[in-house]
Amino acid sequence: MKELLLGNEAVARGAYEAGVRVATAYPGTPSTEITENIAKYDEIYSEWSPNEKVALEVAIGASLAGARSICSMKHVGLNVAADPLFTVSYTGVNGGLVIMVADDPGMHSSQNEQDSRFYARASLVPMLEPSDSRECKDYVKTAFEISEKFDCPVIVRLTTRVAHSRSLVEIGERKGIELRPYVKDPSKYVMMPAMARGRHLAVEKRMAGLRSYAETTPLNRIEWGDRKIGVITSGISYQYAREALGDVSYLKLGMVYPLPEGLIREFASKVDKLYVIEELEPFFEEQVKAMGIEVTGKNLLPVTGEYSATLLRERLCGTKPEKVFDIDSQAPARPPVMCPGCPHRGTFHVLKKLKLTVTGDIGCYTLAALPPAQSMDTCVCMGASVGMAHGMEKARGREFGRKTVAVLGDSTFIHSGITGLIDVVYNKGCSTVIILDNSITGMTGHQHNPTTGFTIKGEPTKQVDLELLAKAVGIERVRIADPFDLKNFEKVVREEVEADEPSVIIAQRPCALLKQVRYEGPQKINENCRMCRSCMRIGCPAIVDKGDSIEINIALCVGCRLCSNVCAFNAIEKAGDQNG
Amino acid sequence: MDNLNIMIVGVGGQGTLLASRLLGKVAQKQGYDVKVSEVHGMSQRGGSVVTYVKMGKKVYSPIIEKGEADFLLAFEKLEALRWIDYLKREGTLILNEQEIDPMPVITGSTRYPGSITEKLEAAGVRIRSIDALRTAMECGNIKAVNMVLIGLLAGTSSIGEEIWIRSLEEVVPQKFLDVNIRAFNAGYGVR
Repeated sequence: MKELLLGNEAVARGAYEAGVRVATAYPGTPSTEITENIAKYDEIYSEWSPNEKVALEVAIGASLAGARSICSMKHVGLNVAADPLFTVSYTGVNGGLVIMVADDPGMHSSQNEQDSRFYARASLVPMLEPSDSRECKDYVKTAFEISEKFDCPVIVRLTTRVAHSRSLVEIGERKGIELRPYVKDPSKYVMMPAMARGRHLAVEKRMAGLRSYAETTPLNRIEWGDRKIGVITSGISYQYAREALGDVSYLKLGMVYPLPEGLIREFASKVDKLYVIEELEPFFEEQVKAMGIEVTGKNLLPVTGEYSATLLRERLCGTKPEKVFDIDSQAPARPPVMCPGCPHRGTFHVLKKLKLTVTGDIGCYTLAALPPAQSMDTCVCMGASVGMAHGMEKARGREFGRKTVAVLGDSTFIHSGITGLIDVVYNKGCSTVIILDNSITGMTGHQHNPTTGFTIKGEPTKQVDLELLAKAVGIERVRIADPFDLKNFEKVVREEVEADEPSVIIAQRPCALLKQVRYEGPQKINENCRMCRSCMRIGCPAIVDKGDSIEINIALCVGCRLCSNVCAFNAIEKAGDQNG
Repeated sequence: MDNLNIMIVGVGGQGTLLASRLLGKVAQKQGYDVKVSEVHGMSQRGGSVVTYVKMGKKVYSPIIEKGEADFLLAFEKLEALRWIDYLKREGTLILNEQEIDPMPVITGSTRYPGSITEKLEAAGVRIRSIDALRTAMECGNIKAVNMVLIGLLAGTSSIGEEIWIRSLEEVVPQKFLDVNIRAFNAGYGVR
């Protein structure tokens, strides 16, 4: 039976069919749906871990204990998990271990567009890269075989267009894979200098084996066509190249590290002109050039952004698409915005009013950097807001600190904000940290986390008490405030930035998209409106300035009534009964 | 059949994902190869979203390029204008007349362009338009905008109604099935 699956769903299916027993992840676009889908299989233990480092450590433990295990993350998550990655390369595995990493060329939903292939090379871990959903499933299964055969973790790299595209996949059965026996083996699993030296030698030996495997594996295949042009490519770039260049010759690499030098030499010698087509960094190109082979690649193609068939046609064939319709009108940009009813809107309304320097973080709330809020100064990585606020205060003094707050979400705080907070306390900082507690991991599409009280499967569990946690690390001033109670929230923020000690404000209000959040429904503007436009300042997409009137879009308004909090004339009331 | 390319554009939160999932099912039922490219993550939050559905004998790239779409299914007028270059000259724009102001319009830094439909028509775009929001409300659920538009697309396409209905039954949860079928039919019946 064939099913139309997302690349991420196909990965989940592959893990299931491969007999995986343990799956871990921290959510991150474009990787999130892998583990969301694995969680649907009762045969697999799955979890949202607090961050990618923990996720990988859990998967390593499961692997050493004899189970096939998979750990999934986005590209920047692999930075967090890099520490265990480099050493699990030395220990090797017991049950197969596959690390899924999803890169985001074009940065649809990321803070950088790093190329994770370099991690494979740096950590001496083989890497596979599928180009559609069918390959996603097949490659994951092959990755487990490679992992167990060569005693190493295997990274499978996706990019957004593979992870988030659906294509047809033949569904198979789950393979009955027994737990391998656990055998204590300090020389392999305790990485201290004496043992690690031995393991590094083993890793180099393994790499030699993997290099010869790369020469013969069907993961790497030559598709002969017109031999005037030969293209070395992988992943989604293969699909774009196929579309743009048609029936030329291709060396499609399914295994992107280590490269099959013999196969590349053979292919190169049989085509007139050789291209390398790869998004982001010249990872293949530099290695092919190091083999002494002449190749065309980044001299014509960009290292930034996504590729497309059109881009390849333009850069390689010199053909541009003709403009079909001639229209004299420009479409204004439509950047993403905080949803109607979003609790963050109240928080940033206040922070803007107080003209604070805001060190920000990763989540929906990063949108506060854009108009109309424009009240976020920085965003670097998960948890950075806290350390950066502390650093700013230490650099510019206490007075600057009184005008500075760090802002991050509940899940981000647990991920890596808590260590920053400990630093603030330990090193006698006075930072104010606002934890936006919206009861869920929002931007990635509502995943549970240690503060929500539920597991990935929706089972009730212990809930991290943010207030107690903050107090336990030494914060004496912990305040809980509703960001929609603007007056009180402003008062709390004013008091806490003034205090000459560190403080935590927990801004508590659930994400408006959560099912249990039921606001009263669409509002309307009544005859009391004086057109003062105060309501426009909160930047709600449901409130529209029609020039001579203000209107509320009933298709968007949820009825959170934040706008009526800022209206001085009682001009906003519940609209008549609307369905939906 | 030559490849059939359908592009769905709209504003994050309008239900474009369900529409693309349904189109994928329709393709599958006809035995075609199919690829659907979706948008997840930050751009889903009220931003401009675009989904590509490509079906045919063999589909490589999941992305539809400029001038390649047989249908442009626009959930919002401004988005139709933004993405119109992707439509083939002989293609059809399925247009929801709904307007949703983007943030630069809300903050007053720019204005929502006027007479979009007229300008598109003047440029020679073949358009089938509907007030899908009102139709959806009349059918009993404001969220069924997507099915009204799919209905209109279905009525314009050469694919039989039965395939659409059967696909719909497979992708829509049981408890919303009635209202979605009503919405589909309302769009389908527009002549």
